[in-house]
Amino acid sequence: METIEFEYPAKRKLSKRAHAGVVGSGDLEVLFEPADGATARVFIRTSVDGFGDTWKAVLDRFFAKYDGVVRIQINDAGATPGGVMLRLEQAVEASEQ
Amino acid sequence: MSSQKHGAAFINRQSFIELDARERATALFDPGTSRELVGPFDRVESPWLPMQGVTPQEDDGCVVMKGKIGGQAAVVIALEGAFQGGSMGEVSGEKMTAALDLARADSERGIPTSAVILLETGGVRLQEANLGLAAIAELMASILAMRKHAPVICLTAGTVGCFGGMSLAAGLASYVVLTREARLGMNGPEVIEQENGIEEFDSRDHALVWAINGGEQRFAMGLADALVDDDTPQIAEAIRRFVTKGLPPVHRSSQVALYRRRIEALDTSRQWDPKELRTLWAGKGSEGDK
Repeated sequence: METIEFEYPAKRKLSKRAHAGVVGSGDLEVLFEPADGATARVFIRTSVDGFGDTWKAVLDRFFAKYDGVVRIQINDAGATPGGVMLRLEQAVEASEQ
Repeated sequence: MSSQKHGAAFINRQSFIELDARERATALFDPGTSRELVGPFDRVESPWLPMQGVTPQEDDGCVVMKGKIGGQAAVVIALEGAFQGGSMGEVSGEKMTAALDLARADSERGIPTSAVILLETGGVRLQEANLGLAAIAELMASILAMRKHAPVICLTAGTVGCFGGMSLAAGLASYVVLTREARLGMNGPEVIEQENGIEEFDSRDHALVWAINGGEQRFAMGLADALVDDDTPQIAEAIRRFVTKGLPPVHRSSQVALYRRRIEALDTSRQWDPKELRTLWAGKGSEGDK
C-alpha cells in the first residue's frame, strides 16, 4: 500500500460533506469534507504501488475544473483513472446537492 | 401470469443486489427515519489492515443504521460484500455487537427494537485472525441475548452469500430471508474443494453449488423463512412483515431434538440428492412466500 498526498489552490467554500464508493476490487472510496483556508488537500491510500504520476495526472485534470476548499480522502483498491474520475465527480455532485 | 406481464415485472424490478451496503440498509427503513451510527466520517477503521499493506475502508465494511421499520424501532447492520469479501474484523465485529447490545438495552427499557443483519460475508477476516473469531463469538452471544426481547432477522441477498462463522450467526436468527441468488452454508464451496478435492465438491459447477447452498434449496429445506425476488420493495416488505410479526413461537436453533432426529435418519452410506432432501425434510419454513 502506498500513501500519496497532493495540494491544489482552491477558493470556494464547501457546504456539505459527501461519500462515494466502496474499497472493492477495481473500485475506490472517496470522502469529501469542507476545509478552511485556500487549498484543497488530497490524501490517497492505494493498494497498487508506483502509480504516483498517474494519480497526479488524474487530479491535475480534476482540479483544472474544481475549486472547492476540501479535504479529500481516497481509499483505493486498484481503480482505473476513469473510475477514479467518476467517483470524484459523484462526490462533487453529492456535496453540492 | 402471462409471459408479457412477467417480463414487465422483471424489467420493473429494482435490484437490491446491485446496491451497496449503505443503500441496502437505507432501503429497509420507513423513508426518512434512518440515521447512520459510526459512519465513514467517524473514521473508525481497521488498525490491522494498513500494517499488512491492505487499504482499509473508513467504516470497516460495516454500516450501522437506526430508525423505524413498519413504525417500530429497528437497527440495521449491513456488511459490505465488496470490501474484503464482507469479512468480520475487530472493528466491524465490535460495531455489530455494540449495535445489537444497544438494541437489547432499548428493548429492556420498554422500547422493543428489532435487528436486521445483512450478511454478505465469507466469515472471519483472515488478516485479523483471532480477533475476528472472537468477534463472531461475541456476536452470537449478543444475538442470543437480543432475541429474548425482539426478533433478529438475517437477510442474505447475494452475490457473496453467507459462509463460515457468520452462517452460524445466521442460524441463530429468529428469521432468515434469502433470494434465489443467495447462498448460505458453513464451509464455502471453494474451501471444500480445496480441502477434499474436486471429486468431493466442484466449486465451479454453479448448478451444483446452488442446488446445495442456494436460497431456493435452503428455503425448501426449511432453513429459511422467506424466499424473495431480487427486488428492493419486495425485500423491504418481507423485512417489515417479520419485524411486525415479532418473535417466533420457537427459534429454529432451539429445535435440537427435531434436527437431531432428521440427521440421524439420513443414511450416509449413499449420496443424497438435493431434491430428495427437500421432500425428506418437508421444507416449510415458518412462512411460505412461494
